[in-house]
Amino acid sequence: MPEAFEPVIIGFTCNWCSYRAADLAGTARIKYPPNIRLIRLMCSGRLDPTFVLKALAGGADGVMISGCHPGECHYLEQNYKAMRRFQLMQRTLAQLGVEPQRVQLVWASAAEGARLAKEIARVVEEVRALGPLNWPNGHNPTSVAPVTAAPVTTSPEVHA
Amino acid sequence: MSDNGKPKFAMYWAASCGGCEIAVLNIGAKILDVDSTFDVVFWPVAMDAKYKDVEAMPDGFITLCLFNGAIRNDENEHMAHLLRAKSKILVAFGSCANEGCVPALANLSNLKDVFAAAYQTPSTDNPGNVVPQPSWMAPEGEIHIPTLSPMVRTLDQVVPVDYYMPGCPPESPQIAAVIDVVIKALKGEAPLPPPKSVIGAGESTVCDECPRVRDVKKIRKFVRIQDIKPDPGICLLEQGVLCSGLATRSGCSALCPKAGAVCVGCYGPAAGVVDYGARLMTAVASVIDSNDPQEIEHILDGIPDPAGSFYRFNLAGSLLHGSKAAWK
Repeated sequence: MPEAFEPVIIGFTCNWCSYRAADLAGTARIKYPPNIRLIRLMCSGRLDPTFVLKALAGGADGVMISGCHPGECHYLEQNYKAMRRFQLMQRTLAQLGVEPQRVQLVWASAAEGARLAKEIARVVEEVRALGPLNWPNGHNPTSVAPVTAAPVTTSPEVHA
Repeated sequence: MSDNGKPKFAMYWAASCGGCEIAVLNIGAKILDVDSTFDVVFWPVAMDAKYKDVEAMPDGFITLCLFNGAIRNDENEHMAHLLRAKSKILVAFGSCANEGCVPALANLSNLKDVFAAAYQTPSTDNPGNVVPQPSWMAPEGEIHIPTLSPMVRTLDQVVPVDYYMPGCPPESPQIAAVIDVVIKALKGEAPLPPPKSVIGAGESTVCDECPRVRDVKKIRKFVRIQDIKPDPGICLLEQGVLCSGLATRSGCSALCPKAGAVCVGCYGPAAGVVDYGARLMTAVASVIDSNDPQEIEHILDGIPDPAGSFYRFNLAGSLLHGSKAAWK
């Protein structure tokens, strides 16, 4: 029997809120799925869309970006920048065929360990429902097999 | 083929428009230096030579090969491998060979849709629905045309490349300067640039070469340049026009913004930029002057085709290479 699909989610957290929320979830012994790999940034405003694309190209099935609630950024309003980048990136990713559920933005304050754990579980389940992304390895594009058969199935005779 | 002792020069076009060849011919009198220094052994646009002539050359026979065009089909791929083997210095010349350029926008769709766009649109006069077949039995025998690959690729995604020369096309003065460097190196007067480096361009961005005045970027509305009367002295992005200069490599001396047109990004990513479109997204989103999600969405409606705008020249060279539709 094939192994059940376990999605890999890369989670970007901010040093001041969401990373501490994850820490709090730990100390409070609140469980969240091990599918998420958390990476700490100083601020969600540090999140370059390059990080998200690299995660997806490198084998992740989804990405969760998290930061302080709007208005509560340690660096005043950099999380708004993260939000604007997220909104623009979602539009671009939609054109590239990446479902919106695969890249999500979640706000969590340092006190919201339980909320963050719940959100992580939700994101993991939504990505699980979508199935694996399996983006061809970014550094080995030849892994895409060349087309050898006729690219269009309709032959001239069919419609003649 | 005769061997007159001169270094050998070749130039080849794969999936490209021919603009790179024009740019080379535009170097003016410098072309005489090319002719006096080099023996041109293969250059389909300028002289008659057959692929079998290249196949007959010993490995490393060609001193300098400028390869323009992306890898779109099996013929392009064959020539990339062939010219790699036959060339001492292989240059990815122009945007297509470097990063896919406009041909790579086909990576947003799958091959079936690419064919449909060419042969089956309502405005196409093709009642018999005739589409090209990779092979055909003609009375004289079986004939072949190249088969498309599922994705457009850059040259260095297929074979190792020695130098990268960006631009769509590379600017003629830059080509002339690069040819000077190569000629000097061949005479032993100057070293070649470090291997794998970007030649014929700067390290910084187009903004650094742009004379327009930059002040505070706060954008509340994106407009297309034909919808406004742009101020000739102020940064175009500050006027709400999506200008790609801030992520694009310098080297063109900011020709387009100087002439009142936006930078479309043909020189590719500036030094240190991993994903060109991501860098543009980062920059553009950060200057939107709103913190309200709904209002931001409304402002973003002013960019109707983000993938096409941010990856116009760079889709094949980007981290994702194309859309899911293209490789499914």
